[in-house]
Amino acid sequence: MPGPCAYGDHGVVSTAVPTTRTTARLFRRPGSWRPAGVAAGIAEHIGVRVLLVRLGFIALAAAGGLGVALYGAYWIVLPPAPDAPRSRVPLWLEYLLAGLAAVAAVGGVTYTMPLSGVFAPTLLACLGGALIWRQATEPERDRWRRISRTSLSADHDDRMGRIRLAAGAALVVAGGAIVLARANFSAIRDGLLAVVVTVVGMALLTGPWWMRMMTQLGAERGERIRSQERADIAAHLHDSVLQTLALIQRNSGSPREVTRLARGQERELRTLLYGSRTASGQLADELRVAAAEVEDAYAISVETVVVGDVALTDGLAAAAAAAREALVNAAKHAGVTVVSLYAEVEPDAVSIFIKDRGVGFDLDAVAPDRQGVRGSIIGRIERHGGDVKVRSQPGSGTEVEIRMPLQ
Amino acid sequence: MTTRVLLVDDHAMFRSGVRAELGDRVDVVGEAGTPAEAIAAIRSSQPEVVLLDVHMPDGGGLAVLEAIAPELPDIRFLALSVSDAAEDVIALIRAGARGYVTKTISADDLAEAITRVAGGDVVFSPLLAGFVLDAFRDSPVAPSVDPNFDQLTPREREVMRLLARGYAYKEIAAELFISIKTVETHASNVLRKLQLSSRHQLTRWAADRRML
Repeated sequence: MPGPCAYGDHGVVSTAVPTTRTTARLFRRPGSWRPAGVAAGIAEHIGVRVLLVRLGFIALAAAGGLGVALYGAYWIVLPPAPDAPRSRVPLWLEYLLAGLAAVAAVGGVTYTMPLSGVFAPTLLACLGGALIWRQATEPERDRWRRISRTSLSADHDDRMGRIRLAAGAALVVAGGAIVLARANFSAIRDGLLAVVVTVVGMALLTGPWWMRMMTQLGAERGERIRSQERADIAAHLHDSVLQTLALIQRNSGSPREVTRLARGQERELRTLLYGSRTASGQLADELRVAAAEVEDAYAISVETVVVGDVALTDGLAAAAAAAREALVNAAKHAGVTVVSLYAEVEPDAVSIFIKDRGVGFDLDAVAPDRQGVRGSIIGRIERHGGDVKVRSQPGSGTEVEIRMPLQ
Repeated sequence: MTTRVLLVDDHAMFRSGVRAELGDRVDVVGEAGTPAEAIAAIRSSQPEVVLLDVHMPDGGGLAVLEAIAPELPDIRFLALSVSDAAEDVIALIRAGARGYVTKTISADDLAEAITRVAGGDVVFSPLLAGFVLDAFRDSPVAPSVDPNFDQLTPREREVMRLLARGYAYKEIAAELFISIKTVETHASNVLRKLQLSSRHQLTRWAADRRML
């Protein structure tokens, strides 16, 4: 006779992963003349005859009704075997039997147990709650879930949380007061002792199991997050880095193009590694984005240094746009590969400097119709109440200073 | 006489690239790929300047600095990094490095920086100058043990600002009508303040990154 741990040799279908030892699972085996199939399932699982199991249930039922309860519990929790035929008892009859059993159980509990007066009302309340929950729409359920999440840790602005905290505290105090006022203390002491002993026993028995389950859940979640991140990074590397490397190989004859590609890729990787630098409405990000665009468009590198930060205003947006224009000018005309961009937020103004060591030019000699410096830089800044200084001499580079007062 | 330099970087490709670029402007006396190798190589070859990569396995440049700086105070360290992250740079400076440059620096600038560090000066990249200005900004300062180290003088602030704008020492001297030597003194003082300051921005950076 195979032992209880025998597996695979008596036709029980296992859904376990094939690489591990397949463990037989306990199923109900309903047949044509046994609607529940509890005894048959257990018998098959532990490998004894069905009759013995049935006799066991009857013996237990005779000794205080435990057998009936066990049988019912098994019926409820055990899944029917996947290959089991559907029982010939019609579905409505099963529901009727279940309903009758439930009514009988409720009635029995109500008339035998202490505190039984509240049992039936509580059950009805639970049923009503379940009914409401089933009828509710998804947004309503969401809202309920949200407001039931916080009580002790409720924020100051979470009114529901605080109300619930107060109501719960009031109920606990009231319950305690009632018990103290009318209870018979020696009886309560025995009852409390029994409850405490039971709770401690349960904790000892199931504690390790809970701990293990929590640890496993945590580990699983961590692993899932890690593999998700790995997949993201792999996708990113494939989309950008490998593409760029391919482009660099094809453009290896042109150092300028290679620099541009490498620089752009470097910036992108930095963004991935150290957090995103996108347009966020802050001056520093705006300037960094502008510098990155100029780097990409003109194959130069912009050494960007920003000290302090402040939210963009119209004036500062104009200053950033003018700074971008100055970078473009340096990239196009100075004949250098590196341009410095420095911005500092002072208490009363923002200063931005764009400096190159390129060919420089004579400011007075620039044709008056040239839009670059006069229109896009000086005019734009002065309209917003700032001022611009351009210092340049042929042969010694150019520095544009933009100063924009903070309102 | 050329400066005796030791290259420390965990990428052999980068070391050979730097060696080739520097050519005979400096005398590369050795290379090391790990902090342990670097410590042994510094002890045996006694270079004047160590070009030190910030990011390496087994503790990075910081491990080398912490092991060697107290033992051989005459050896100068120039930190070299691909990282623009303030905390990396500040940690190495506070551990005793005499300057910081990024790996994209041109060969000429790198050779000049090495010579400068060997001569006892300090090297600020625009980025490092920006960090300094950021760290010493005039925000409320917690009461400190020695206020001398906790703020920059107006002149030092000006020098840092010009460095951040991309000026070379020579250009700063011309701009402020002072000698190059004076610019160098200001820069050295700022570096010392960076190392000794208890300003809460600096200590907070360090504490946040568990560098203390």
